[in-house]
Amino acid sequence: MKILVTAKRVEDPESKIKVKADGSGIVQEGLKYKINPFDEIAVEEGLRLAAKHGGEVVVVSIGPKEVQEQLRHALAMGATKAVWVNHGGALDPMSAAGLLKAVLEREKPDLAILGKQSIDDDQNQTGQYLAEWLGWSQATFASKVESLESDAEKAKTPAIHIAADGKSAQVVREVDNGLTTLSVKLPAIVTSDLRLNLPRYASLPGIMKAKNKPIEELTPAALGVDASPQIQVVKLSAPPPRKAGVKVGDVQELFTKLKNEAKVI
Amino acid sequence: MAAVLQPTHPAAVPQGGGFLFQEAGGTRITTPETFTEEQRMLFRTGLQFCREQVLPQADAIEAKTPGLLRSLLARAGELGLLMVDVPERFGGLGGDKTTSLLLAEANGLMGSWSVTFAAHVGIGTLPIAWFGTEAQKAKWLPKLATGELVAAYALTEQGSGSDALGAKTKAVKSSDGKSWILNGSKLYITNAAFADVFVVFAKVDGEHFTGFVVERGTPGFTVGPEEHKMGIRGSSTCPLYLEDARIPVENLLGEIGKGHKIAFNILNLGRLKLGAAVLGGMKLQFASVLKFAADRKQFQTPVANFPLIREKLARMAGAIYAIETMTYRTTGLIDALLARQKAGADDEARTIAAFEEFAIEASIMKVMGSEALGVLVDDAVQIHGGAGYIQEYPVERAYRDARINRIFEGTNEINRMLVTGMVLKRAVKGTLPLFAQAETVARALAEKQLPGASGGDAVAGAAGDAEALKMAALYTLKVAAERFGTEIEKHQEVMAAVADVVMDAYAVDSMVTRTRQSASGLDPVKVAMTQAFAADAIARSSERARRALCASSEGEGLERQLAAIAPLFAFRAFDPAALRETVVRAAEEAGGYPLAIG
Ligand SMILES: Cc1cc2nc3c(=O)[nH]c(=O)nc-3n(C[C@H](O)[C@H](O)[C@H](O)COP(=O)(O)OP(=O)(O)OC[C@H]3O[C@@H](n4cnc5c(N)ncnc54)[C@H](O)[C@@H]3O)c2cc1C
Repeated sequence: MKILVTAKRVEDPESKIKVKADGSGIVQEGLKYKINPFDEIAVEEGLRLAAKHGGEVVVVSIGPKEVQEQLRHALAMGATKAVWVNHGGALDPMSAAGLLKAVLEREKPDLAILGKQSIDDDQNQTGQYLAEWLGWSQATFASKVESLESDAEKAKTPAIHIAADGKSAQVVREVDNGLTTLSVKLPAIVTSDLRLNLPRYASLPGIMKAKNKPIEELTPAALGVDASPQIQVVKLSAPPPRKAGVKVGDVQELFTKLKNEAKVI
Repeated sequence: MAAVLQPTHPAAVPQGGGFLFQEAGGTRITTPETFTEEQRMLFRTGLQFCREQVLPQADAIEAKTPGLLRSLLARAGELGLLMVDVPERFGGLGGDKTTSLLLAEANGLMGSWSVTFAAHVGIGTLPIAWFGTEAQKAKWLPKLATGELVAAYALTEQGSGSDALGAKTKAVKSSDGKSWILNGSKLYITNAAFADVFVVFAKVDGEHFTGFVVERGTPGFTVGPEEHKMGIRGSSTCPLYLEDARIPVENLLGEIGKGHKIAFNILNLGRLKLGAAVLGGMKLQFASVLKFAADRKQFQTPVANFPLIREKLARMAGAIYAIETMTYRTTGLIDALLARQKAGADDEARTIAAFEEFAIEASIMKVMGSEALGVLVDDAVQIHGGAGYIQEYPVERAYRDARINRIFEGTNEINRMLVTGMVLKRAVKGTLPLFAQAETVARALAEKQLPGASGGDAVAGAAGDAEALKMAALYTLKVAAERFGTEIEKHQEVMAAVADVVMDAYAVDSMVTRTRQSASGLDPVKVAMTQAFAADAIARSSERARRALCASSEGEGLERQLAAIAPLFAFRAFDPAALRETVVRAAEEAGGYPLAIG
């Protein structure tokens, strides 16, 4: 089967994120970047499915030339080929979904796995728009019953179950009060939650092989997509610094404080 | 003013020790800024492995949990972390040496793991990779590259440590000519408790120093009990006993009587790798003490705000910059030298020759790296106050773990002797233009022609310092060589004092070169680290060079010589607080060493 996964470039949460003085964005200088962790989980799931059912994993990223680093990372993890949508402008969930829709129509995968959100803006919308506009089924927040310490996880068993006839998939998803299982018709859009799997490291042989794997370059124009965002960022501001906490002696004191001082219970 | 030292060697051909005769910044060097995308990715994988798989297990490793280090080696093997120096045709990556050192750095975060890893991929595996027959390589390398087999290296004996060739272990051929029979014992062998393949040195017929491979399970070969160590307690260190241990004749490594070639060449790489490994530890301890100092309050103030603490933090960052810059410059030179030659059947011989070419630099990295780490962990304990003395805090372990680095891979005394000794040997051989250049220096000093600032930028002063350090090294060497001739090796204080000046020259030269090399103009943080390090280096070396002269000369001659070098160490006023603040603020901003490798 053919599986398409995404690899967005996001700020590394380990680097210090600072808002520009004029609030127009964040200070890029000195920042480190990495693949969106939810996307990394999507790549891992794609690789496990391809290992089990045969087939290829295509990884897509949208952004300036630097996003090739994240594509290379996914290729080093084991993806077969990469598609780079060369786009320098701002993105919002709708413009990203618009571009991805065009890529999916070209690539025609059996399944597309996206991160449920990206840790830069945490919007959690792209997968949903994409499924809606393609008219495909969707299963968001994919997770699994087994824990991340389970033998199934150690054996790198995929969490998404593909039916024997290859026409549908079962996806366990996280909901507020537990887990629920959806059966979706393929092709489908799945978005990954944090507990779907533990992504593999890019191994040294994998990194060397990735050097020779193809990255196809596309542009919004070539895809016939107007990628201008519909969301306008007016101003960013840093959250107020956290005030110092207080130490409580025991649970009783905690309750009293929560009730009388914080007035939250 | 024109530089006093003029290169006599084409800069395009990398030459070991060549830095002494080149102007600072005269050539482009490999630095973390020039790493390739693959090198960065490989480094990230190594670092991620060490952070996520090794560090969380630190306590279990230190408790010598049975099987743990072996399983970590196997896990590292799955990721390909053990295959970099193994040739491709034996299941390795056949990678460049910069990558090999990047992985040493990445795995350097924890002492016990770092030493286990290095003993396996370095001194354990490489004797077979470099000196083995095709059959030996085919038998062991593929499994060593995956971690299925673990290697150890057994050179040291009760009676022969620094005097490595004084081994008593003896090998004789069996009467049927099918085996070697080994008798003797080895001491302090890393990985011994769980290794499968031991490279063991013994003297054939008690005379000819030779390498052998002894496999675990060989009758007559036993591993003794674990030593109880000051540090790196999780790593395994045991004696080996060979009592009529019989190994197949095919297990002879290299040639009879040529064991010293194996031992010394392996050390060249081992010393360089030690420099890289300590970098990993330095960066981790720096980030951790930075956080501690920010959190710990005294007098209602984070201790990180006190100038005396900030001074230490700045010195730590500067030391990391120095070691990092020298390490990757050296490995870049080795890679460049290898790249100039055609790959082919004699790959191993070329690799050995390239490491040998940079043996001076390897000894420098061994000494400076281990001592820089030592100073850093000492300062880190100090910044922790009482907490630094309590086992609950990781810095307590780091302090103990650091100490071994000055002892193994050749003690720092032995390596200091080697730095100066090798410069002299190459001068005598004519490969380094020491004597001619030393004459030039002496003349320049007599005519009061001094390096001064060179280049007109913010590191011009430091560039002048680099040149002054080289001139001082050449001048003192000349005086000592003229006085003692071939007996100079016996005058160890002179040898060591000169080595210190040579080492500082390499450090400052490398830092100036890297700082100047950045495409986007001079980075003020790099400038500050370079300037501060250069100021310390000049102060230190001024004392060292004078001491070398005092030990080599006397009377009026000595007075003249001391006067001649004095202007090289003229004090340049600087603002220590400003330099320190530039560095520490950048470190605070970054939450650690400010120039993290991508
Ligand atoms: C934890 C640990 C792990 C080790 N792992 C290994 C291993 O895997 N394989 C292995 O083969 N060995 C290993 N060693 C041994 C190590 O390499 C030796 O301990 C080291 O080379 C020093 O030798 P020595 O202990 O005999 O000290 P000595 O040689 O006795 O030195 C004592 C002192 O005298 C000085 N000295 C000696 N000769 C001279 C000289 N000519 N001029 C001036 N000063 C001199 C030394 O610098 C030192 O200060 C390990 C040691 C330890 C502690």
